[in-house]
Amino acid sequence: MAAPIIRIDNITKRYGALTVLDGLSMDVLPGEKLALIGPSGSGKTTILRILMTLEAISGGHIEVEGDQLYHMPKDGGLVPADDRHLHRMREKIGMVFQHFNLFPHKCVLDNVTLAPMLTKGVAKAEAQKRAMELLDMVGLADKAKSMPAQLSGGQKQRVAIARALALSPKIMLFDEVTSALDPELVEEVLNVMRKLAAETDMTMLLVTHEMGFAHDFADRILFFDRGRIVEEGKPDEIFRNPKQERTQTFLRKIIAAGHRV
Amino acid sequence: MTDWSGYIGLILQGALVTLQLTVMGSALAVVMAFLAGLGRVSRFMAVRALATTYIEFFRGTSIFVQLFWVYFVLPFAGVTLSPLQAGVLALGLNVGAYGAEVVRGAVKAIGREQREACIALNLTRGQAMRHVILPQALPLMLPTFGNNAIELLKGTAVVSLISLTDMTFQAQVVRAQTGNTLIPFAVILVLYFLMALAISHGMRWLERRVTRGLDGVRT
Repeated sequence: MAAPIIRIDNITKRYGALTVLDGLSMDVLPGEKLALIGPSGSGKTTILRILMTLEAISGGHIEVEGDQLYHMPKDGGLVPADDRHLHRMREKIGMVFQHFNLFPHKCVLDNVTLAPMLTKGVAKAEAQKRAMELLDMVGLADKAKSMPAQLSGGQKQRVAIARALALSPKIMLFDEVTSALDPELVEEVLNVMRKLAAETDMTMLLVTHEMGFAHDFADRILFFDRGRIVEEGKPDEIFRNPKQERTQTFLRKIIAAGHRV
Repeated sequence: MTDWSGYIGLILQGALVTLQLTVMGSALAVVMAFLAGLGRVSRFMAVRALATTYIEFFRGTSIFVQLFWVYFVLPFAGVTLSPLQAGVLALGLNVGAYGAEVVRGAVKAIGREQREACIALNLTRGQAMRHVILPQALPLMLPTFGNNAIELLKGTAVVSLISLTDMTFQAQVVRAQTGNTLIPFAVILVLYFLMALAISHGMRWLERRVTRGLDGVRT
């Protein structure tokens, strides 16, 4: 078995007196598609934010491709990572946000080309060529010159996916990417992600409330509650035959709320 | 009957000085506003402290006193400035301090989500500021910058106190020589108003330019 691409080792995350993650450990294998589910406030989004270095950890260690994320080796020990180390580590990871976070002052094409040109020194013509391929992949090549404000939510999210892919990350984090969308726009985004999962060997971590999608998409489901992994397993095990009572209660509530499993 | 053409010419010469002061003072103010405004949001404490000190000092003391210091006290420290240089320096530093808070406010108004997108796309802080935050913050600054520029224009009148022959100074000269109060002061009233109007229109034009494409984004 391949070595894990992400190793999370006993991390804690506290906001003042509130402990969001409490001694969490988990591994992710290269190419694995992982869905993180659970009630709000269970810490699943916090994990993605920590992996993207948007939130610092209060304790523990994270390794990505064998390198420490928040620490770097120095004089035989580990010291907190400096900016340069963080920039190097961020090259491996991309993220798509619940609210898209497109740059409203730049057209779709410029949204996608900005980071490759600035962070990797890719020439403009080359960045645009690659951006057009990606926009074509998400079905928005005809919107290249549009401003984000002219797009629907589903289109914005597909642009955001193309923008993250433009940096060719090895790991993609999807944080409730369909939660802010009108119901009829959810499917177009999910289709892009299915395509992505089928055509690439990227490692994908997904926080979602779309249980049906999580079931079809993921290799492994992690059920979170109160900053801990309560139960994990293959989609069928978790959704058809959950062992923990907490998982059963959560899934019952979700199904009662009308989500397909 | 007084021949007014010569006196009006005098006032117009003064108007030119006022215009010079306004343009150069505003240029210095913009530079100071960005330096101190961005300094206020720096991650380095020393830079933040320096910017805060500058802002609080120049907002907290009178422009008269600042002008007198620049013109009458600095020479004791070996720095002698012409009246115009002193005027530009005092006005620019004073209005720049107000502008710095405008810059800081506008930069802060660009939300966490945009900053996080920049981190996720691995931009450096400088790249994020230059390519993402400032282009969006600039349209937010412009209306208040317009106000500040008009304040600066009106503030230029204080330089007559250090014998700079600006519009207000010349109006007083004309008044003293002709004994007529109404005409010189009516003329400079209209001229100040026209200059302020020009600033307003210029800023509105600039605003339209920088918000192009952003229509419908801002609520």
